[in-house]
Amino acid sequence: MTTTLSLDRRAFLKTGAAAGAGLLIGFHLPAFGVSAEDQEKKNPNPLNAWVHITPDNQVSLILGKSEMGQGIMTALPMILAEELSLDWDKIKIEQAPTNPAIYQHGTGGSGSVAGSWLPLRRAGAAAREMLISAAAQRWSVNRDTCVASDGGVLHGARKSFLTYGELAEDAAKLPIPDFNAVPLKNSEDFTIVGHDKKRYEGLAKVTGKAKFGIDSHMPGMQYAVIARCPVFGGKVKSFDAAKAKAVPGVQDVIAIDTVGQGAFTAGGVAVLADNSWAAIQGRKALEIVWDEGPHAAESSDWLHKQFLENASKPGKVIRNDGDADKAITEATKKVEATYEFPFAAHATMEPMNCTVHIRPDGAEAWVPTQAPQWAQDIIVGISKLPREKVIVNTTLMGGGFGRRYMGDFVMEAAQIAKVTGKPVQVLWTREDDMQHDFYRPASYHKLSGAVDAQGNLAAWKHFQTSTSIDAMWSKDGESHAENSEFATALFIPYATPNYHVEYTLAKSGVPRAWWRSVEHSSSGFIVECFVDELAAAAGADPYEFRMKLIGEDRKIPDFTNPKQGKPLDTARLKNVLKVAAEGGDWGKPVPKGVGCGIAAYFSFDSYTACVAEVTVRKGEVKVQRLSYAVDCGRPVNPDGIRAQVESAAIYGLSASLHDAITIKNGRVEQGNFNTYQMPRMADTPKTEVHVIMSKEEPTGIGEPGLPVVTAAVCNAIYSVTKKRIRRLPIRKEDLA
Amino acid sequence: MAVTFTLNGKSQTVEVDPQMPLLWVLRDTLNLTGTKFGCGMALCGACTVHINGEATRSCVTPISAVTGKQITTIEGLSADGSHPAQQAWMEVDVPQCGYCQSGQIMSAVALLSKKPKPTDADIDDFMQGNICRCGTYQRIRKAIHRAADLQSSKAKSA
Repeated sequence: MTTTLSLDRRAFLKTGAAAGAGLLIGFHLPAFGVSAEDQEKKNPNPLNAWVHITPDNQVSLILGKSEMGQGIMTALPMILAEELSLDWDKIKIEQAPTNPAIYQHGTGGSGSVAGSWLPLRRAGAAAREMLISAAAQRWSVNRDTCVASDGGVLHGARKSFLTYGELAEDAAKLPIPDFNAVPLKNSEDFTIVGHDKKRYEGLAKVTGKAKFGIDSHMPGMQYAVIARCPVFGGKVKSFDAAKAKAVPGVQDVIAIDTVGQGAFTAGGVAVLADNSWAAIQGRKALEIVWDEGPHAAESSDWLHKQFLENASKPGKVIRNDGDADKAITEATKKVEATYEFPFAAHATMEPMNCTVHIRPDGAEAWVPTQAPQWAQDIIVGISKLPREKVIVNTTLMGGGFGRRYMGDFVMEAAQIAKVTGKPVQVLWTREDDMQHDFYRPASYHKLSGAVDAQGNLAAWKHFQTSTSIDAMWSKDGESHAENSEFATALFIPYATPNYHVEYTLAKSGVPRAWWRSVEHSSSGFIVECFVDELAAAAGADPYEFRMKLIGEDRKIPDFTNPKQGKPLDTARLKNVLKVAAEGGDWGKPVPKGVGCGIAAYFSFDSYTACVAEVTVRKGEVKVQRLSYAVDCGRPVNPDGIRAQVESAAIYGLSASLHDAITIKNGRVEQGNFNTYQMPRMADTPKTEVHVIMSKEEPTGIGEPGLPVVTAAVCNAIYSVTKKRIRRLPIRKEDLA
Repeated sequence: MAVTFTLNGKSQTVEVDPQMPLLWVLRDTLNLTGTKFGCGMALCGACTVHINGEATRSCVTPISAVTGKQITTIEGLSADGSHPAQQAWMEVDVPQCGYCQSGQIMSAVALLSKKPKPTDADIDDFMQGNICRCGTYQRIRKAIHRAADLQSSKAKSA
């Protein structure tokens, strides 16, 4: 081993990116999970921070994370409600104010339930204990004789009951219990956690009443649309606003600067109008001369050539166990394959937007963001107002998938609002959204491996070159660009004495960041397709081969973070493989033209397996059915978990069957849903999700459904066509 | 230019650029934000409303084209979520981010008005213009079948 991969994604966000981001605009990037220093914070009064109870007994639970479709507005309050023994049907849920002194707002990395599970149980339990103490004092009885029940405190012997509403005022004045010592409810007694609950904001979302960021409205608000240089890294050289200003409804045209490291905005020319349409029309009328900057010649072809060039030379050694080259040379059953991934866009249904008003005495913003405290930092930085004067309201989001962790759209709105002093909503059109995203990295992988005479894995060798995320976001990122690119590909569950991994950074001016499941989207595909190739070389059934290679029950340390990362528990991985295979009728005969493929993977501390059933006819792939098994620890809201996996499957399929972002002349070639195709109703497989009823601590589920789906589908295609899919999206010519 | 039409059962007159799409009139002029902007090119269906009962993409419909017509938006389906499609959507717990669901529901209601008992092929065909990035299609399909059942039992009891 020649390098130490000490940073996981959470730590990276906390430290790596922060170093670069903080220099320029004086803010820090928020973390996904709960760090040790946060846990050292003094615990706030739970009856203020987490639970609001009115005298007439309306209980509101506070959500500190952002709802983007993943169901966190339901799952996290379920944890509080459980410890408080509340009637789920009577509670209300409120979005927390942005206050990083109390809340760990950052929502991403599939970390919300995992990171909030214990803190929210403790907060809920502390609130309950305070309410019980208040009741005991009221009754002058020993508090051990009182129990919380059905939204109040019960004294069985006295047959007395007080609602929380009757107790809250007194309870809030009592000492706050030690969160680390507060008794937690016995999980055997759970009546909310582990039971299917419908989405809290479901009614609002079927009646059109749900308020997304784009629905924010302030009196006198201007609508802004920004012309950005179509070439990444380009800037405005000069512009003429006369024709734009002549468009009815256009009020103003202003230039905004590019903001570099951290926010990564393109800058450009903003057209402000009294409605969105006029702003869009005004932008069309702008005359701008661009300085296209240093990346104007970049293209996908150029990137592909760079990949091949990089792959022809040795890379930086990331892992080296035994002697993989020797084992492969000596083996009789061996496979070599290369895989290639394009850039991918997030394409949230709600395009980026942000509504801000910066006044001399304070600011208020409505932001559809996964990182409200970062949005606040940005507005504080631009407005120079004290933090407590900057109110950031986190709205519902029309999808996030990592895109809305970014601060670029907030920065743009703040820049404009600072100049105008008026409320402004910055709106991105679909084309803006698709052409100025932070894309999933493009990557190229060279795999070689061998199977010995006993059918064991003799060697595994993996070279990757990619447009690393870390290289862009971290100040000295190029020196450890590999940190964001491998994840579980560095500690595959398939036992081998000879394991060698290398990496070379590929240069690119295309912005990159976290796309649903991040590096797992490529790692899961590559590892699970290549192990399938080895199974075929060994003449083994892909399911049996995996089971044999995973081998005995053991815990494999997280190579990327051996000290703090959770190890991969092979027993749990084998279990999901078994359950998915059973659910997917693995091994049963299928009609001609139908194929089955399987994949299993560990990501975000969760275990996922998928069996895909496909048909390939006339050069068309149809995914008919998916059988999933997921083990994400104790399921908080099982139906919410099923929904997330159904969703991740379609999101993953979008990038395997349809989408690719390609670059020509330094710019994105796609612009809207006609050139960047989405799966639609008729493309949807019948999907079953088997949720393992684990008693382990909850782990991630927003993303883990994704990495297996493309591998399972491509392995299924192989079983029909005997052709391996090694580049995405799947092309017609690769099927025949 | 003044344009008069019927919006969710009430007469409505707006004074705007005749080329301004209905979508932006609803959202920015009338502050009726249930109808969503997704693509601006009739590619995603997030902006679907009913014009004289037909599912129509409001993002490419100039306001001048709706003079005298009956427009129904998601807000006009029911005030309280009691429409069979909305009921079915909640029962199946369809929405995730929910941004596309106004358009999905408006398309589904138009389908159900033409085909009270749609087949899976009917659903594939009619709903093909509505993108859901969260991939809730399987649940949308289930909810449409459920809404068909709710609608027919409502019709029988009426």
